[in-house]
Amino acid sequence: MTINKELLIQFSRTHRLQWEEAQQKNVILYPEGMVELNESSAEILKLCDGTRNLAQIVSDLEHKFSTSGLTNDITAFLEVALQNGWINQN
Amino acid sequence: MAGLIKTNPTTTLRAGITPPRWLLAELTYACPLQCPYCSNPVDYANYQTELDTEGWKRVLTQARKMGAVQLGFSGGEPLTRKDLTELVKHARDLGYYSNLITSGYGLTEEKIIQLKEAGLDHIQVSIQASTQELNDHIAGTASFEHKKEVAHLVKKHGYPMVLCVVIHRENIHQMPEILAMAEELGADYLELANTQYYGWAHTNRDLLLPTKEQFEKAEAIAQAFKETVTGKMKIYYVVPDFYENRPKACMNGWGTTFLTIAPDGVALPCHSARDLPGLDCPNVNDYSVEEIWNESKAFNFFRGDDWMKEPCRSCDEKDKDFGGCHCQAYLLTGDMRNADPVCSKSPHHGVIQDAIDSAARSTLSANEKPLLFRNSKNSKLLS
Repeated sequence: MTINKELLIQFSRTHRLQWEEAQQKNVILYPEGMVELNESSAEILKLCDGTRNLAQIVSDLEHKFSTSGLTNDITAFLEVALQNGWINQN
Repeated sequence: MAGLIKTNPTTTLRAGITPPRWLLAELTYACPLQCPYCSNPVDYANYQTELDTEGWKRVLTQARKMGAVQLGFSGGEPLTRKDLTELVKHARDLGYYSNLITSGYGLTEEKIIQLKEAGLDHIQVSIQASTQELNDHIAGTASFEHKKEVAHLVKKHGYPMVLCVVIHRENIHQMPEILAMAEELGADYLELANTQYYGWAHTNRDLLLPTKEQFEKAEAIAQAFKETVTGKMKIYYVVPDFYENRPKACMNGWGTTFLTIAPDGVALPCHSARDLPGLDCPNVNDYSVEEIWNESKAFNFFRGDDWMKEPCRSCDEKDKDFGGCHCQAYLLTGDMRNADPVCSKSPHHGVIQDAIDSAARSTLSANEKPLLFRNSKNSKLLS
């Protein structure tokens, strides 16, 4: 499964992304499971709100962190996210 | 970035103790079904008292504060508790991810909507077989058509739908039909749980344990199916450890991740631990969850490896499986400190083959004894 560059990206309705105070990290929750996220993964997923496509997510994050060249890393992570069902594109 | 995603909790509370992540709230032992492999204790009829609403709310609050985030409402049948919606609401307010583990019996569309509004995250529906006749026989209750209807309603109202089928000798031949049924019902997750032989399943083992050939055939079918549904349906496959050479890492390590609270408030490191002798499992009516998790004898009993005997003590795999399942060691060898006899290094490993042989003989016997169904009458007989 690969990311369609044109389509908007949305976080899955059947998963939940939330900050865990006890763990001091963001996690994805789903039936009988949990994935702990590092900061950069969480920043990417928070932008998957159905209003942005890949280029817009990259641009927003590069702007936020005053950097460039994030396209490959972000694409690779979003493909993992897509395969795991954390995000979808319709 | 993907390489930095971790799935193991690592937060430390006190030296060597990790906080609970999973809370299994067994709200009640009452259940309209009579499945002969039920994981509840065989003498459940002796435990009539149930924590009240305030008691459960207190437990949820205390465990959440320690870091528990996955919450299973289980039983018995949790729908028999009149305060279920109130407890779901409380759990949602605390930030839990709530799982309702149900037979679906008595679950109406109105209730499904009410629970959704209260903040329930997912519903796991159990089905006993792919045909009405066998489902209703195993469940001991006419329930097949209603369960399928519940599965549709769960999907309709936007829950992730988890279908759970416990696998044993009576239904293992239905594996292709079970998989087709899961696909037809639109399950997002399918849990194929090979029976684990504790509680009622231990009592009925001769009638439930499949042969190795049956198991291998069913597993090959399930594995092939898994590849055809990648991205659509996730399959959780619980292996039947009697056909393994190494034990499972039971509960991800004792007192590391899982906390079970039984209907009467007894806190258990695993849902079968009630049957282990001398643990003095504490009750949430007497202690806080934090005291229980950190200080109690029961939760510290199998932490680390000081408790281990040989062959575990000097085993280079002891950090991988923690000696396996203590309940199984107790049930099959009489000493819970022994290595899980599933392990081929265990001097008691022969009891596993004996059990397999005994089950195989049972199928050939002309006067096979009947399944002992899980109900209060049989529970009192076994107490």
